[in-house]
Amino acid sequence: MEKSIIIAGYGGQGVLFFGTTLAQAAMIEGKNTTWIPSYGAEMRGGHANCSVKISDNEIASPIIDNADYGIFLNDKAMEKFEKTMAKGALVIGNSSIIEKSPSRDDVNYLMVKLGDCAQGIEGGLLNIVTFGYFVNKTQIIKKESALSALEFVSKKKNPAFLKRNIDSFEAGYKL
Amino acid sequence: MSKILMKGNEAIAQAAINAGCQCYFGYPITPQNEIGEYMSSKMIEIGRTYISAESELAAVNMLIGAGSTGTLAMTSSSSCAIALMQEAISSMATAEIPGVIISVMRAGPGLGDITPSQADYFQSVKGGGNGDYRTIVLAPSTISEAVLLTQKSFYLAMKYRNPTMLLADGILGQMMEPVEMPEGNAFSTVNTDEWALDGTGEGAQKRDGRSLMSLHMGDDILERLNHRIFKKYAQIEEKEVMYENYLCDDADIIITAFGTVARVAKSAVNAAREKGIKVGLFRPITLWPFPSKELFATAKNKKCVLDIELNMGQMIQDVKIALNGSVPVEFFGKTGGAIINSSEIYNKILELSKEKQYGTNLAASI
Amino acid sequence: MEQTLQQVFKRPEPYKKNYNYPFCAGCGHGVVLRLIAEVLEELKIHTKTIATASVGCSINLDKFYNLDIVGADHGRAPCVATGVKRSKPDKIVFTYQGDGDAATIGFNELMHTALRGENITTICVNNTNFGMTGGQASATSILGQVTATTKNGRDPKISGYPAKISEMISNCDGAAFVARVAIFSPQSIIKAKAAIKKAFECQIKGLGFAFVEVIAACPTGWKLKPVQALEYIKNEVTKVHRLGIFKDFTESMA
Repeated sequence: MEKSIIIAGYGGQGVLFFGTTLAQAAMIEGKNTTWIPSYGAEMRGGHANCSVKISDNEIASPIIDNADYGIFLNDKAMEKFEKTMAKGALVIGNSSIIEKSPSRDDVNYLMVKLGDCAQGIEGGLLNIVTFGYFVNKTQIIKKESALSALEFVSKKKNPAFLKRNIDSFEAGYKL
Repeated sequence: MSKILMKGNEAIAQAAINAGCQCYFGYPITPQNEIGEYMSSKMIEIGRTYISAESELAAVNMLIGAGSTGTLAMTSSSSCAIALMQEAISSMATAEIPGVIISVMRAGPGLGDITPSQADYFQSVKGGGNGDYRTIVLAPSTISEAVLLTQKSFYLAMKYRNPTMLLADGILGQMMEPVEMPEGNAFSTVNTDEWALDGTGEGAQKRDGRSLMSLHMGDDILERLNHRIFKKYAQIEEKEVMYENYLCDDADIIITAFGTVARVAKSAVNAAREKGIKVGLFRPITLWPFPSKELFATAKNKKCVLDIELNMGQMIQDVKIALNGSVPVEFFGKTGGAIINSSEIYNKILELSKEKQYGTNLAASI
Repeated sequence: MEQTLQQVFKRPEPYKKNYNYPFCAGCGHGVVLRLIAEVLEELKIHTKTIATASVGCSINLDKFYNLDIVGADHGRAPCVATGVKRSKPDKIVFTYQGDGDAATIGFNELMHTALRGENITTICVNNTNFGMTGGQASATSILGQVTATTKNGRDPKISGYPAKISEMISNCDGAAFVARVAIFSPQSIIKAKAAIKKAFECQIKGLGFAFVEVIAACPTGWKLKPVQALEYIKNEVTKVHRLGIFKDFTESMA
């Protein structure tokens, strides 16, 4: 079954990192995956998003028409992508800063104060809190795969970040 | 070989390194910057050449210099800057100097937009430079294929002493997916002793000087040269054509598409097949040489060919030449940097399959 | 007193046995090409030299030289030579360019090659016009010079001021040897050869970019007789394009 996920928010909220970690975890599980970032001018405009696809089969199109999952960290993300979600899709919204109310009847919403949760942890990271929450609620990938992916990408970037990432993930997972 | 999650641009760069690329010359332009950034650290680390050139003109001419010595070398760029390289690409073709050019397309014309596009089909395949020449053009549709074709580009460039271009788009350059990276070069090394510049040598190695020039003045010289080079092109057309035939055999409708768009079209084909619509995908992998004979044979007695591109219709000209009026050709495209998604293609397929008369604009489309 | 015949003039080793002389009467290119050939032979480097030809009358390199030669498009010779040198760092690599090529269309490439300190040698024959295309004004044409495109003499209000390339290149930190010489008399030719020799020695020692600008005659483009052209160099051109060695690291860093 092919799953498509859109992750969107402010540049700096770590949505691209969320996406690459998710793709990495999917790969660890032997699944096919694709990751496409917004790049260039979009990035410079202060907003970022990425599209991730995960499938047991070959992924033909990496482009998402209507996403199965939407992870929205700010209002702009809701505004831009809520309307394109597939019927029956799941939206996870960061209600710590999103003021917009859900507007679709055919989409499920989990509006959670992810930002508050991140702020409650020492060195908490919003994107990874959200990642933990997402993994728990969707079970698209296993928790162990998510953690080894986090270890892999954190080491690549900065080993000191690993603890913060793990703490944030666990906090989100428990939310 | 284990898989690694890599960005298209970085995978292309690493594939080039593993193919034995000794020199990289580049100049930044979105959406291919990761290639130069990757090369700037990796090539230096292993003692090879990386130069951040003053312009794309400079970069491609450095490529000529390296190529003239039989050295594997590469440059990379995008659309409006590939335009700057065309004079050199034409010169490389006539001087028979090899070199690999990675082109990651963005939207045009002009500076356009940095978003993905396929509007440089003409630029690459038909040659933006002057004169009668051909550039070998390979168009991958996945990152794994980009890795393989990058390495093949070096092989073909050296084998035929001709500029070879890997034509990707912004999506392929920017996206990530798991790839199997060959540890070395997946293709064999081509001997360059017969022609490469290396000084005229001493003692038993002494030989006369060689010259690799693009100026050929004098009675009949250019005429004869061009004919000789076109015999080489004929060989390439005969031997090096690559394409993918996906579910075409029993299809009524054949989609023609290349690169990322072909990938998107494949999703639409799968969706249509689930509904019992007989549709297949013919994907040219070499854009030059174009798989004309193969397309003609594949599309024989089909009801319709639907050409899909991220432009206003460029490859469709080669599609129509290949089909030579035997099958009606429809077109669906987007320009300006917008992506075509699979449901748009699916709807187009649906529309065509419902039409009783395929290719109502048959006359107009030939 | 025993006397033997001594050969005092011979075909330089890097020359082709049956070379064609493609230049106009009184043209400076033939002299400069010979000086380079003599220097390559004297330094015993001609068998490991790869030359880069450029566009203009300077493209005739392969008519003269029995060397490995790669042709470059307009103004791009320093880039082509860069690619050659980086691929074959143990070879001697030089570009042979005119002022229309090096100082006009290819000035950006020339400057950046100097800035990179590319370990190559560039010999630029400056005859202050586009010779091959019919004597049009180039970037180095001097004020008042009559050319096919400055029929009343170069007027700075219309076509700006002459580019003094040696001065500009000597300001690049990567340049290790920069000289402007001229060929209008036997003495000046001897000096020119000495500068060309240093420019190759500079490369052999790996010091960085070496540049020699040779002011040479283009009687056809200048519409002067060969002898008048030599006087024009001495009396007019070298008043603007001053001769001298602008930079020389070969002594201090040898």
